[in-house]
Amino acid sequence: MPKRLLHIALLCILSFTMLGAGSPSTRFDALGHMLVCQCGCGQILLECNHVGCPVSPVMIDELRAELTTGLPDSGVLNWFAVKYGPIVLAAPLRSGFGLVAWIVPFAVLLIGIGAVVFVLRLWRRRQIRAGLAAPSIPPQLTDPALRDRIRRETNYDSQ
Amino acid sequence: MLHPMPSFGSFALLLALALCVYTLFSGAVSLRALATGRQLAVPADNLRETSRRAGIASFIAVTCAAFALVWAAFTNDFSVAYILHHSNRDLSTFYKFAALWSGQEGSLLLWAWLLSAYGFVMRVRDKADVTLHAYASTILSAIQIFFLLLLVFAATPFSIAPGPLHADGFGLNPLLQYAEMLIHPPMLYLGYVGFSVPFAFGLGALMMRYPGEKWIHITRRWTMVAWLFLTCGICLGMHWAYAVLGWGGYWGWDPVENASLMPWLVGTAFLHSVMMQEKRGMMKVWNVWLIFITFMLTILGTLLTRAGLVQSVHAFAQSSIGDWFYAFLIIVFAVCLFTFFHQRDHLRAENHLESLVSRESSFLFNNLVLLTACFTILWGTLFPILSEYVQGSKVTMGAPFYNRVAVPIGMFLIFLTVIGPLLAWRSTSLRSIRRNFLLPCSAILATAVALMLAGVRPWNEAGSSTGQIYSLVCFSLAAGVITAIFSEFLRGAAVIHRQTSRNLLSSAILLTRRNTRRYGGYIIHFGIVVLFIGVAGSAFNQSRELEMSFGDSIQIGSWKLVCQSYSEDSNPNYDTDYALLDVYHGNKKVTQLTPERRFYNASQESETRVAIHSTLARDLYVVFEGRNPETDKPIIKVFLNPLVNWIWIGVGIVIFGTAIALVPPLKPGSSSSRTGDVVAEDPQVLHA
Repeated sequence: MPKRLLHIALLCILSFTMLGAGSPSTRFDALGHMLVCQCGCGQILLECNHVGCPVSPVMIDELRAELTTGLPDSGVLNWFAVKYGPIVLAAPLRSGFGLVAWIVPFAVLLIGIGAVVFVLRLWRRRQIRAGLAAPSIPPQLTDPALRDRIRRETNYDSQ
Repeated sequence: MLHPMPSFGSFALLLALALCVYTLFSGAVSLRALATGRQLAVPADNLRETSRRAGIASFIAVTCAAFALVWAAFTNDFSVAYILHHSNRDLSTFYKFAALWSGQEGSLLLWAWLLSAYGFVMRVRDKADVTLHAYASTILSAIQIFFLLLLVFAATPFSIAPGPLHADGFGLNPLLQYAEMLIHPPMLYLGYVGFSVPFAFGLGALMMRYPGEKWIHITRRWTMVAWLFLTCGICLGMHWAYAVLGWGGYWGWDPVENASLMPWLVGTAFLHSVMMQEKRGMMKVWNVWLIFITFMLTILGTLLTRAGLVQSVHAFAQSSIGDWFYAFLIIVFAVCLFTFFHQRDHLRAENHLESLVSRESSFLFNNLVLLTACFTILWGTLFPILSEYVQGSKVTMGAPFYNRVAVPIGMFLIFLTVIGPLLAWRSTSLRSIRRNFLLPCSAILATAVALMLAGVRPWNEAGSSTGQIYSLVCFSLAAGVITAIFSEFLRGAAVIHRQTSRNLLSSAILLTRRNTRRYGGYIIHFGIVVLFIGVAGSAFNQSRELEMSFGDSIQIGSWKLVCQSYSEDSNPNYDTDYALLDVYHGNKKVTQLTPERRFYNASQESETRVAIHSTLARDLYVVFEGRNPETDKPIIKVFLNPLVNWIWIGVGIVIFGTAIALVPPLKPGSSSSRTGDVVAEDPQVLHA
């Protein structure tokens, strides 16, 4: 019964999730948020709020023009990177040395998870070897020494 | 020409430096003598006491220096170069006070003053453990010497402006002329500087091979207070960016923002991890390094801000004092490393983990995620330098990078916030997992389905949006955390209710008073989750920009803004251009907004003043961007930002939770807590 309920719940989630899927995306908006205005403000191209900015309208026109050429997103971004230098991209491309920027944080997280799991297993093994595993029978809570220890270790008296 | 106040300030700094040098050397000599039993010409205890008193006196000297600078600002003493560059006659009184931290030299003086103030409080309250406090005092004076050396030799706040005396100053940076700027930098600095104290205690405890974990008890409040100030400082900065910069957001992943977030993340990891040492004598090496790293990150953050190492919008405090910070950072690291290797056998753990499914392992993962988040931000901040070194060209690490990389890590953190508090210390049984997790998991599932039914779907008419997927996950996990927290309160309160017949609310209050730290911690988690909900709302931001003449209107979502008029105003400090916009929701007029654009006479710079109509559901955020140079028509940009108020409410809850966690719990013997003692024996509460 619980399994059936779980299946129904998953089906519901998938159904609702997929509603409206496949609609065309606004490439202009997406790509405009991947570029940085080169007027020196350091803002995202479509968010540059400098009145009379001499650069952002030109770049926006260039973006519109590039979108009509049929280039894929990476091609449009490359075009800007060639013209203005890699600094025009709000984030490095996922190729070449830029890929390192994207991979390293997740690699560190994965290595960290591996290290934590390794340390936990090592400690656990040591604990078993030392024969200090917790007794399976619940101890009597009337023992004052034990109660003190429980208070300390369960964060009860936490001053 | 005589300059009495600047001379007084300079002399006070020199005196403070001399006092700190004495504090350091007399402290070090006396502590060494006490540790080795060596006899000195003066009894070691007396020498240690003189060291403490010199430290206290240094606070008075630095206070005099800070007073001299503030006095110079208030009296328009433009003979002082710093005042000339950061103030002017027509600047309002409040902002003249803010001149203290509006530039390089002043902010370093503020740092030194706060450090001496923390040192003063620590030295006065040294009864808990005189020797440990003496170690911490000595270490703190070494840090203070660095800042005073900077102020005396590299960034002197009292240098006299060359040439003839100026009639008026160049004015304060317009970005800083905002009410929050009166408290944001001091709060941030209180946070940064505050971490020096637990660092000094941690290093001192390691140096003296302090027995037991009492130093953690002593420093817990210091750490929490520093963490709270840093939290407030960061959030005030977010609010300032939101209300002043006029780009519709509150966090731009600017290197200076990142620099403040990094010590906050590691400090948060320390606050969690230190509980394992306190309760179980575990993770000693880890904790010592966490507090070392937190302190070093506060210095690194200052280095990034001031050395011009990375490009930032916070350019108002950049200078060439980077080399001093490099040297200091290297010395601090070397001292930490040397002390660690010298005393590492003292950090042997008393216990090890007993089960993979336990509160301890959840803390380990929590630490891992917080440190990975910190590393990611550091990596993103420094990658442009690395790229320039490797490829010869700089790259930009903007919001798209952090949103892609840091947001999933943040989601993982909320996930851990769901499960962590539900696991018991030492080991959690399968039965307990089933019982504790059923409700939060159901809440997660129900929220996800309800939100998708309400139209918050990962795919919508405009196509797929990663931001909206994250938002959906964030809202759902937040529901799980909130359910878990409330069920924890309810479970404990229900036990008290059963045994004492109090109502549930007063039972929950008693429960919290009985264990302020634990339940204060839950309230902090609740606040953080509310903050995350507010941040997740940004995936649904909308904006529109229009040149608006009289009577023109702009529609955004279900809101309509109609331009009523434009006007101008003027005062000695700035001229203002502002728009009067009527705001309609449907056909009903809700309010009138007046976004401004100011032109500051002294600095010849212009800045926006955003107008915000704020509700719990959304902010209507209006910016007067200026006038189109070709048509002279005013340009209005409107943002509809959902759930922003949740961020500020979340911060308020975090502050409330931290305040509760700082309050001492009811003593087991006190009359109010006697019922709590009964509760403590209840296995259900003990188990949690």
